[in-house]
Amino acid sequence: MKPIEIVTQVLEVIAALAAAPLFLGWINQCRAWLQNRSAPSLWLPYRGIHKLFHKDAVIAEHASPLFRVAPYIVFGAMVVAAGIIPSMGTRLLFTNAADAIALVGLLATARVFLSLAAMDIGTAFGTLGARREMMVGFLAEPALLMVIFVASLISATTALPAITESLATQQLGLYPSLAFTAIAFTMVLLAENARIPIDNPATHLELTMIHEAMLLEYSARHLALMEWAAALKLFNYACIGFALFAPWGVSTGASGPGALLASIPLLAAKLALAGGALALIETVSAKLRVFRAPEFLAIAFLFAVLGLLVHLLLGA
Amino acid sequence: MTPLIDSSLTACLGLIALWGLIGLAGLLRPMSLGFVGRTLFPLGALCGAALAVVAAVSLAAPAEQLTLKVGLPDLPMHVRRDALTSLFLFLLGAASAGISVFAAGYFRRGHGTAPGLLCLQYHLFLASMGFVLLADDAYAFMVAWETMALTSYFLVTTQHGLAEIRRAGFLYLLIAHIGAIAILLSFGVMQGGSWQFTFDAMRGAQLTPHQAMIPFLLALFGFGAKAGLVPLHVWLPEAHPAAPSPVSALMSGVMLKTAVYGVLRVTFDLLGHPQWWWGLLPLAFGLFSALYGVVFAAAQTDMKRLLAYSSIENMGIIFTGFGLAIVFLGVSMPSLGALALIALLYHSLNHAFMKSLLFLGTGAVLHSTGERNLGRLGGLIHRMPWVAWLTLIGALALAGLPPLNGFVSEWLLLQAFLFSHEVPRPFINMLLPLGAALVALAAALAAYVMVKFFGVIFLGQPREATLTRAHDAGVLERIGLIWLALGCFALGLLPTLVIGALRSVVEQLSGAELPSAHAPWWLLVPLPGRRASYSAMVFFIAIAVVVVVTMFAVRLFYHRHVRRAPPWDCGFGRLNARMQDSAEGFGQPIRHIFGPFFAMKRELPSPFDPAPRYRVTAGDRIWQGLYLPLGTLVQRVADAFAWLQQGRIATYLLYSFVTLVVLLALVL
Repeated sequence: MKPIEIVTQVLEVIAALAAAPLFLGWINQCRAWLQNRSAPSLWLPYRGIHKLFHKDAVIAEHASPLFRVAPYIVFGAMVVAAGIIPSMGTRLLFTNAADAIALVGLLATARVFLSLAAMDIGTAFGTLGARREMMVGFLAEPALLMVIFVASLISATTALPAITESLATQQLGLYPSLAFTAIAFTMVLLAENARIPIDNPATHLELTMIHEAMLLEYSARHLALMEWAAALKLFNYACIGFALFAPWGVSTGASGPGALLASIPLLAAKLALAGGALALIETVSAKLRVFRAPEFLAIAFLFAVLGLLVHLLLGA
Repeated sequence: MTPLIDSSLTACLGLIALWGLIGLAGLLRPMSLGFVGRTLFPLGALCGAALAVVAAVSLAAPAEQLTLKVGLPDLPMHVRRDALTSLFLFLLGAASAGISVFAAGYFRRGHGTAPGLLCLQYHLFLASMGFVLLADDAYAFMVAWETMALTSYFLVTTQHGLAEIRRAGFLYLLIAHIGAIAILLSFGVMQGGSWQFTFDAMRGAQLTPHQAMIPFLLALFGFGAKAGLVPLHVWLPEAHPAAPSPVSALMSGVMLKTAVYGVLRVTFDLLGHPQWWWGLLPLAFGLFSALYGVVFAAAQTDMKRLLAYSSIENMGIIFTGFGLAIVFLGVSMPSLGALALIALLYHSLNHAFMKSLLFLGTGAVLHSTGERNLGRLGGLIHRMPWVAWLTLIGALALAGLPPLNGFVSEWLLLQAFLFSHEVPRPFINMLLPLGAALVALAAALAAYVMVKFFGVIFLGQPREATLTRAHDAGVLERIGLIWLALGCFALGLLPTLVIGALRSVVEQLSGAELPSAHAPWWLLVPLPGRRASYSAMVFFIAIAVVVVVTMFAVRLFYHRHVRRAPPWDCGFGRLNARMQDSAEGFGQPIRHIFGPFFAMKRELPSPFDPAPRYRVTAGDRIWQGLYLPLGTLVQRVADAFAWLQQGRIATYLLYSFVTLVVLLALVL
């Protein structure tokens, strides 16, 4: 346990916790600009979370303890996930304890608890949301796993920091397999984070919603944790994307604390760009019918498998 | 230690014999539920726990052999205990201990078999499984194997009053015997002309690789029928729901593993050096079974059928690991072969615990509600908190979520797949990694199935008024569930210890030594130098710490009141339990996406129908496409031969005479 590992670890988790709502606010702002609306404040998500924490909670009469404990588990899973992903430095305490497959498992744990909590009240919307979330999840998870497989075949390890390190330190080459998987990953990111074209984060139109349908019965602090966890999830996915496809500037191996500090503005720049790109994708695409979602995700899965095949055929 | 029990082999034999005695004791007072339930079943559980301890202690011990003085004249039974046997004896003992404790509280007075008789069948079933594992000649093996099939058949048909259950039992018996014939033939080929049917003789038999393939295929068929590999799976979803829940747990959790044991014994021990391309067959069938099983599980509406299909999935994953191990070992990549073997053995252990736990959970639900149909359950977490929370552990484990045990074995299997592109065979090295995609898909679907299973039974609102009278499980039942749930936790959190214990088994099977890693006890590093590691303990503690800290922080900074109110549901006031997703509804996306898997029949009412009825059945294509035509064919052939039966003694005497003459002509 070296001091730099502890510092990097703590810094990353705190940065994720602090910056996740900001990232969400930034995306919303970009979206508003692109759609010719007046943009909401960058700090709106913070205000929302803060407001929710200060309210009395209302819970359905027949909610079980599972319903009350689920927000904490989902939030906890997302925080631990933030600790696994090398967003600033690759020297993390968690490097050995959890690899990329465990990260996918952790995200699946959060999804399962979210869905179970949604089913707990027994409302029509809750169960509908849970079913759709699991439907999206079972297609997105293998696609994500395949994306990670390609990256780990290239770098001969499944530990995410090691993947990042090997991709960051190799000379800048073009990996055709990574290009395919990047498309797959973007599609998975959109689907898993309830973005257009799979789900619309801005709507409560009952027939189309997935993620929001699961949160309908939550209020106050529980809702605040769920929203924060959702923001963290988006942040985490963005950071997984950077770790696999844009690992430049992450402080690695022997570099000193200076590199770690230098990686902070770089991460901010990457996030700003990614947020803008995400807003653009969401603006130019229309929401799919729910039953087109499996096709969308099947395409993502096939892209990832294609990436795998390209890697095996070309060795690149 | 008394001189009578001087080795672990005799200790195992003694404990297995004790099971038989406990079973026989049930006949002393066959109608007394108190005697059978409160005395004999807990004794059987103790016996199982003792067996698990003996087996665990003897895992690394050298193999022992013994010739028993029972059997036919000049054909004594041989028994042998080695690492592989010990591992599966441990599985049998540890899982059955929990199941027996549960069973002690489970069996009630009712229709069907008398408790004493049930006790006999149950313990003979246990003893026969133990003897299958110990047998060291084909004769003893087949006797034990058949006893296992027959006792479980009688257990399946406990409620023999129902025609549906008799039919399920018949189907089970039929496929069990078709499989047994294949195993018998496999032994017949393996003796290699020596006409000695001891396993030692088979180990010594010299077979060319092409000759050796025949017993391998026969064994794969025979044991695959027991394991429920697609397309030999049809008995599983019929027999598992028919049996009483502890028996389903035993069949699914333990009996299916005897098939894994058998196929490992034949392939790696009796045949010796499998060729790499043998592995492709179990690999392909395993992957297909995994996907097929989980897709069908997602579409089920009967909770025990759902679990039965999920067992098919898990056996598929185990056979995938088996195929992968053969490929790796065949192309001289011993450490990767050892990794795949560990993944498959680990998954066998895991499945024994988690699937037994879930079957027992359904048993408790069935007892308290009388319902097996998911459409009539719901909200039981309030009425049966013990069963619900313990079942949740099993469900999360089966869904392959960290830090529980299901994740560890899937992680190991995926790691093994990640290196499969290094297999030095063109094309194969590109196809193999795609298997990982299928394993990942099956694992993700398993999570879907488990959310459906747990959510529909235990969460939401009760779908029937009678469910509000449901009661939690009794003390003995709870102990059984807790035992198995603890097993899930232990296997999940201490993977290094488990793998350390599996090491001797893998060495025995493959001759390959798993390179030992210089890693601390809490860190799982399957292949040193390959930079992949996982620590369930750190993972678990990290999540727990974050969750607890968040809880305290929220409590400290934002402590506000909690008010209970009717559910909001977007302001819709007249919510009732019928508006929740049904099990059919939860399966709908799967039926939609995997449409070609199902033989779907829809009955859509016309718009003018005064009493509209909507009906959809999702049948098994293999049943309709393979089994029914096969059945018709058999019937036709039998009909054609029926004209031989004239019903007159003179004709039959003529048949005997002609046969005799033909035989004499052939011999002389």
